[in-house]
Amino acid sequence: MSESVYDGATGTFVSPQAREAAEAEPLLEIADLRVEFRTRDGVANVLNGVSYRVSVGETLAVLGESGSGKSVTAQAVMGILDTPPAFVTGGEVRFHGENLLAADADRRMAVRGDGIAMIFQDALSALNPVFTVGFQIEEQLRVRRGMTRADARKRAVELLDLVRIPGAARRIREYPHQFSGGMRQRAMIAMSLALDPEVLIADEPTTALDVTVQAQIMDLLAEIQRERDMGLILITHDLGVVADVADRIAVMYAGRIVEEADVYSLFRSPGHPYTAALLESLPRLDLKGQELRTIKGLPPSLTDIPPGCPFHPRCAMAADVCATTVPEFRHLGDGRASACHFAGEMQSRG
Amino acid sequence: MTEPSELQLSEAPPGGLTRQGSLWGDAWRELRRKPRFVISAAIILVVLLMAVVPSLFTSVDPNFADLDHSRALPSGDAWFGYDLQGRNLFARTVYGTRASLIVGVTSALLTVLIGSVIGIVAGYYGKWLDSLLSRFGDIFAGMPFVLGAIVILTTLNAPTSNPSQTRIIVQVVLSIAVLSWPVAMRIMRSATLVAKQLDYVKAARGLGASPFRIIFRHLLPNTLAPVMVYATIAVGAFIGAEATLAFLGIGLRPPVVSWGVMISDSSNYVRTVPHMLLFPAAFVTITVLAFVMLGDAVRDALDPKSR
Repeated sequence: MSESVYDGATGTFVSPQAREAAEAEPLLEIADLRVEFRTRDGVANVLNGVSYRVSVGETLAVLGESGSGKSVTAQAVMGILDTPPAFVTGGEVRFHGENLLAADADRRMAVRGDGIAMIFQDALSALNPVFTVGFQIEEQLRVRRGMTRADARKRAVELLDLVRIPGAARRIREYPHQFSGGMRQRAMIAMSLALDPEVLIADEPTTALDVTVQAQIMDLLAEIQRERDMGLILITHDLGVVADVADRIAVMYAGRIVEEADVYSLFRSPGHPYTAALLESLPRLDLKGQELRTIKGLPPSLTDIPPGCPFHPRCAMAADVCATTVPEFRHLGDGRASACHFAGEMQSRG
Repeated sequence: MTEPSELQLSEAPPGGLTRQGSLWGDAWRELRRKPRFVISAAIILVVLLMAVVPSLFTSVDPNFADLDHSRALPSGDAWFGYDLQGRNLFARTVYGTRASLIVGVTSALLTVLIGSVIGIVAGYYGKWLDSLLSRFGDIFAGMPFVLGAIVILTTLNAPTSNPSQTRIIVQVVLSIAVLSWPVAMRIMRSATLVAKQLDYVKAARGLGASPFRIIFRHLLPNTLAPVMVYATIAVGAFIGAEATLAFLGIGLRPPVVSWGVMISDSSNYVRTVPHMLLFPAAFVTITVLAFVMLGDAVRDALDPKSR
């Protein structure tokens, strides 16, 4: 069953399509987003100018280590960062061209769920333990759509059917803890789809699940995304999980996007040494028995990001310029971009 | 591959799941089956009945004194015996239920209501509002209970005045609530601080729920349990507090009959007339126990995981 994921059951990705999507009017566009966390230990620069965009029917994977700022970006987009300690200090989040960061609280609330919805990593803690799964889906429909109890229940059963929960009509009366991990994540997906959002942000939707269930959930997300022509942002630290379903990948490091490319080009010829190192550190069957290559050192502390390129202390290609000048995020043509002084060389080498 | 537990569950007969579940509906169905709930509810019902229609239980006037019977032991005529003044203790205990219960229950309700609302708001919004409300609560929490009540009650009633029954009950209830709400507030606040960190609050925000809905629909049921436990204990404690104030002569006072008034009557004669203390004290204990058991059962029933 796990093969179905990797044999390309979802492999509708064709690179001209992705390019077309990228050129279309973006559904959601994040421009130069800056967020800092003001803590007792000082100011942590968690996001230092993050930009990405998602168009209708496109899947963007945001890849990065823990602490790289990928979840913070998502929460800043949703407007659910806890302030304090988090403060958005700059940038724009444009949804259909409207800057949400400048919108008032009511407008933002109206966009949440309806325009942009979010799936959380751990569905057990993201579902309220004292309410049945059904109640939590119906609540949105009743409050936001003014549906009657009976109509909302019917719709909620449909939604649970859609995410393939067996016996939906009965299980809708159960509590989150009565669901298994995979079923809970499905219920969470159903909940986020209740108001037909145009953009779905999935924050590590499969991290808490075991591998076979991971594959099922990714398939499900990809399928729903295709059917509804949603924009999907998949946040993950696992390249393998998104390789099949993503159209484009944005790689984050220390609160910046360091590389953005379509999936095929990224795997074939990474444009940033960090991406290259990530790819090399994937366990490979043909190198069995050899030592696993890792990236030396640790990600920088966000209160003390090194000058120049934040990756230079760990970078095999680092030169003098890397320690002094922050590399620009340059377009390399073909819809690709990289924030490395030697991006061109990396390309020609790859 | 498709989780086997899932299949087993879905094939299981849907026994007893005929109605759709709401939090309170499920809790109620759960409660009816629990002996702990049935017993405590029965005791509370009897006590309530005593409070509402005491004449059902005794035809004797609780304030009728016959010095011939002074300090008489329990007998067939007077099950609980007579007090120093020769008043029937059974009748007094029955008639004392109303005032004691009113003071205990209403001040517990008021305390929990004020404390919970302020606590959940302080805990959820945090920042300056939390500091302000918490410090405001500290002002009241810092006052010693008895001293505070003495100050409030003697200010409201000059020592020589003779306030009406309703008036003094309202004053006692209010002064207990005013001095106790910070406890409920702190419990609620800390429960809220824990609960609001959980992802489901963020998820609710992320799916467009309003702050009001998050607080009262999603947080409250999760934070209610500890406050509920406090409330049931508080009913007992406040019945005791009523007795303390009565003993000091600033709370309920004769001709009002309450268990507290009776206990304070007995205070000088515990060794010579022990039954004067025994019966009202036993009623306080049993009633408090029933409330604690009830609170326990309700708390368990409201937690879906314990089902």
